[in-house]
Amino acid sequence: MTRYQKKLRMRHFYNQAFKILLFIVIALSLIVLITLLFDIFKKGFQTLTWDFLTSMPSGRATRAGILPSLVGSLVLIALTALISIPLGVGTAIYLELYANKRSRFFKLLQLNIANLAGVPSIVYGILGLAIFSQLLKLGPSLIVGSITLSLLILPVIIVSSSEAIKAVPSSIIDGSYALGVTRWKTITGVILPMALPGIMTGSILALSRAMGEAAPLIMVGAVGFVTFLPDNLLSRYSALPLIVFNWTSRPQAAFAQIAASGIMVMMIILLITNLTAIIIRNKTQSRID
Amino acid sequence: MKFFRLVSAGLILGLTLSACTAAESNTQEETKLSGSISIDGSSTVFPITELVAEDFNSENNDVQITVGFSGTGGGFTKFAAKEIEVAGASRPIKTAEADAATAAGIEFIELMVAYDGLSVVVAKDNAWLDYLTIEELAKLYGPEATATKWSEIREGFPETEIKLYSPGHDSGTFDYFTEAVNGKGGLIRQDNETVKIFFSEDDNALVTGVAGDAGSIGYFGFAYYEENADKLKLVPIQKDDAPITPSFETISNSSYPLSRPLFIYVNKESLAREEVNAFVTFYLENAGELASEVGYVALPDALYAEALAKLD
Amino acid sequence: MKKKKTYLQESIIQMILALFASISILTTIGIVFSLLFESVIFFNEVSIIEFFTTIRWAPVFDPPSFGVLPLISGTLLIAVLSSMVSLPLGLGSAIYLSEFASSKARKLIKPILELLAGVPSIVYGYFALTFITPLLRTFLPQTEIFNALSASIAVGIMTLPMVASLSEDAMMAVPNSIRQGAYALGSTQLEVSTHVIVPAAFSGIASSFVLAISRAIGETMIVAIAAGQTPSMALNPLGSIQTMTGFMVNMALGDIQQGSIEFKTVFVVGMVLFIITLIMNLIAKKIIARNREVYA
Repeated sequence: MTRYQKKLRMRHFYNQAFKILLFIVIALSLIVLITLLFDIFKKGFQTLTWDFLTSMPSGRATRAGILPSLVGSLVLIALTALISIPLGVGTAIYLELYANKRSRFFKLLQLNIANLAGVPSIVYGILGLAIFSQLLKLGPSLIVGSITLSLLILPVIIVSSSEAIKAVPSSIIDGSYALGVTRWKTITGVILPMALPGIMTGSILALSRAMGEAAPLIMVGAVGFVTFLPDNLLSRYSALPLIVFNWTSRPQAAFAQIAASGIMVMMIILLITNLTAIIIRNKTQSRID
Repeated sequence: MKFFRLVSAGLILGLTLSACTAAESNTQEETKLSGSISIDGSSTVFPITELVAEDFNSENNDVQITVGFSGTGGGFTKFAAKEIEVAGASRPIKTAEADAATAAGIEFIELMVAYDGLSVVVAKDNAWLDYLTIEELAKLYGPEATATKWSEIREGFPETEIKLYSPGHDSGTFDYFTEAVNGKGGLIRQDNETVKIFFSEDDNALVTGVAGDAGSIGYFGFAYYEENADKLKLVPIQKDDAPITPSFETISNSSYPLSRPLFIYVNKESLAREEVNAFVTFYLENAGELASEVGYVALPDALYAEALAKLD
Repeated sequence: MKKKKTYLQESIIQMILALFASISILTTIGIVFSLLFESVIFFNEVSIIEFFTTIRWAPVFDPPSFGVLPLISGTLLIAVLSSMVSLPLGLGSAIYLSEFASSKARKLIKPILELLAGVPSIVYGYFALTFITPLLRTFLPQTEIFNALSASIAVGIMTLPMVASLSEDAMMAVPNSIRQGAYALGSTQLEVSTHVIVPAAFSGIASSFVLAISRAIGETMIVAIAAGQTPSMALNPLGSIQTMTGFMVNMALGDIQQGSIEFKTVFVVGMVLFIITLIMNLIAKKIIARNREVYA
């Protein structure tokens, strides 16, 4: 056997080993997820009834329902998406396509955003409370909760959208300019469609995070028990992660039971929002040649 | 013509009847309560307040109530900012907090609503621990404590390593326990080099912790023992004469040395509002019964009567 | 005529976008202001040197001890250990999805992985306490019930999808011409993935790493439940620790009096955390800038 053939054999061997290793990695991640989901499902399935979804909260576990928390969470997610996605994608567009990349303003901005991604959610709660709730006198209202969550997930959306935009080959962008298309039209017609999958990924991850946050919402005044559904932007509200958080801290096993049901509801909503974004992503993603 | 007269007679009769009933229900509606009440504060008091709010709201469903659990400290801050009418607390209000409220022009009343019996627990299969005195607790948790093995606490105890579990430094439970055992809130064993001491915010996690090791000991609200009696063993505590086991009776009559009061603080100005007054009255009248639903203990009737008197 | 109109339109759009971008600066200013204000008051009473050099963190004990090092050590421990889980596994998953998996498999697996990121952190916390910890204790009996390793594994699993998804997007965006060129030269898949694709996608991959580590540093609930709340200087993965964020949430939502010096520690610790992540991001930026490859 020639030295070349020997080396070729080794390379193929490494390749196979690598393939198997990667397969194990993926399988491991999937197994963990399935274990987790199965565990939640097993615990929460029995009490996930229509009554549970449509009842008001109660101090008695058998009667407690999540209606106001569910509505609160859904409204929060919708509002948060409405605020954070345009702001985030807009900022990414500015950073990647308009700003002077050599200016100090730009460098400051980039550093800022990366840093904000690491700020713990409770700090956003402190910020939201001090500035939006107290200084701007918006009180413990739904809109303050959405703004707080939006600020929390903004950095993730900006970073992932920036990366998505960066990855659009400049040959295509230059081609568009060469044809005389204005910058904004190039952005909306060429760049954004190509970057959409990455933007969607970032938004999915970000909104999933917002869905599960309890601590900053507690700080800005979201409550655990309400007797009404939120009807306007300034009303008091509850949210799913909050009520789950409270139920898991109770000693009674019945509360742990309905907490699992609450978590199932959260996961189902997550699944639906993820699937929607994924459908959009799959339809628009294509390997660039 | 005849038809017309019949119809108009019928109409007049009908209108008169409905006017009468309307007048009746009007007087009924005039006495129906409405408005909104906001409550926040300790997550320990939350379960009781939630039950009270639920029952009150089912009888008076025009009164909108919200109950939060941002902590005793957070509750007092919101109270002083006039964001809430009632603040739940697992400890008495501190001077600085009271001053902040007064500075904001708020006069408030302090009302005791229930007892929480702090239970000291060990793992279920711990067969040798029969009771502990307050002094022995201090030998475990006190600031001067040095013991690392149970044999140093009392003769006859095995040489097992001591593992201490405790609620976090910021909780009212910690504050109360260290004051009752060590004399001052916040005073606790300083060295964690020679002994293992574990803090946790989550009482359910503490249950797992204590239940998992033979030499471990911990403390938390009685409800957490009750729900996990299959994994934990209750330790009677002796303060003066004999070891007392925490139970509804001994906590209620205060013979158990580690029972702490739970409070609500009410804004006097808001008490002038009918619905708030009715709510707080309802609270005091029903707290005894509702508290035991969630593992707390009712105060003696006399104390509730005393509190109700404060409302006038 | 039309040129002027489009020019105006472009300027307005640019201004609006610049405004959007400024929101992040305003947020930072807001955060720094809220934290700094209280920190200054704090440092009037407690010396900075004591704060950074004492090795005991006990602000609520009597007498109080204000040494922040144990909290920093706890945070670092979690960040490092969880990265050891999320970065390799995440990158590995990304490489598999981008270079090896069929398009169908990819469309199925990627969303499932993203679900991992959406599981509420409370669930991870209890999962770590009631599943991972007992498992660890069978292999390493000296593991405490509250331990940093268990929490780190859970945090790693939670941040894995972030690394996997974002890295995979970055790798998918590498032009196929480069990929095909490498294969045409006779490279194996392993060689193409590691020598061509990953370096090409380095910027996106590194950003995902930074995001994941940042998220790990900021994670509260999992650590609070599974690793306990005991500040400790010993970098012992089998023991209980307290992180900066864990401490902050406890105090903010606890029963401590909110005007007190003890409570101001929330803001001070927040400030320290902010500075640490700033330094980390500066370093990361330098590394990324140096290694970025741009493909036309």
